[in-house]
Amino acid sequence: MVVPIAYYLVLSAILFSIGVAAFLIKRNIITVFMSIELMLNAVNLTFVAFAHQWHQVSGQIFVFFVMVVAAAEAAVGLAIIIAIFRARNTLNVDQVNLMKL
Amino acid sequence: MAFDMYLVIFLIFGALCIAGALNLLLQRHPINSALSLIVVMTSLAVLYLLLGAEFLAAAQVIVYSGAIMVLFTFVIMLLNAGEEERTRGSRAAYLVGFPGVAALLGLLTYIFLSVRMPLGNAQLGGGTLVTTSDLSRVLFRDLLLPFEVTSILILVAILGAVALARKEES
Repeated sequence: MVVPIAYYLVLSAILFSIGVAAFLIKRNIITVFMSIELMLNAVNLTFVAFAHQWHQVSGQIFVFFVMVVAAAEAAVGLAIIIAIFRARNTLNVDQVNLMKL
Repeated sequence: MAFDMYLVIFLIFGALCIAGALNLLLQRHPINSALSLIVVMTSLAVLYLLLGAEFLAAAQVIVYSGAIMVLFTFVIMLLNAGEEERTRGSRAAYLVGFPGVAALLGLLTYIFLSVRMPLGNAQLGGGTLVTTSDLSRVLFRDLLLPFEVTSILILVAILGAVALARKEES
């Protein structure tokens, strides 16, 4: 009943790479933000896998704090997206290239 | 044991993770991407449970697939986001980004698989489960100050979100 820890780490690397690729490809600002969440999740999986390997609780504590900060970050980020949409009426990142209207 | 149930569960939910992530990448409507991200996060909760992190599995479902993704779907529907138009992305993304991503993935996979034996195996059961009381003992005794600081962080984030999303009084 065993799975090598390396498989978990490879899965996490795949998820992180898909997140980076989505960050580069996607043009909708909300989807770009979602791919950041995907990268955070991939890193969390690495933390949990290493916490399991070393029989340490601190890895899971780290994931807990990452979750808390991600929740705060999602709230502020989505508020910024709403403000951008109000000001420019678009969600396309290509059209949001000026700091001042 | 010829039929390794643990490996089968890992493969099923790992494949579900990757399929959801690829679907996020390929779908053009943001709401489809959001729903496939929920699939990824829920399968990750199952993988956390396989690694003996029961509290984090519950928190993953409640915080990530629950709260954060509901916030995302809410904003997508509020802003009435339609299908994204395909534009040519930046040249730097294509020239540096994708080879960089491919190199990163190849390098990480090679390193992880080459140290596969020293890294050891993940086992189900046998005292590997980190219970919520283990976690809370560390969190509320050794790390009480960081825990309280995060509550202040969340308070500031709430205030910032309200201040940012509020309509300007004209």
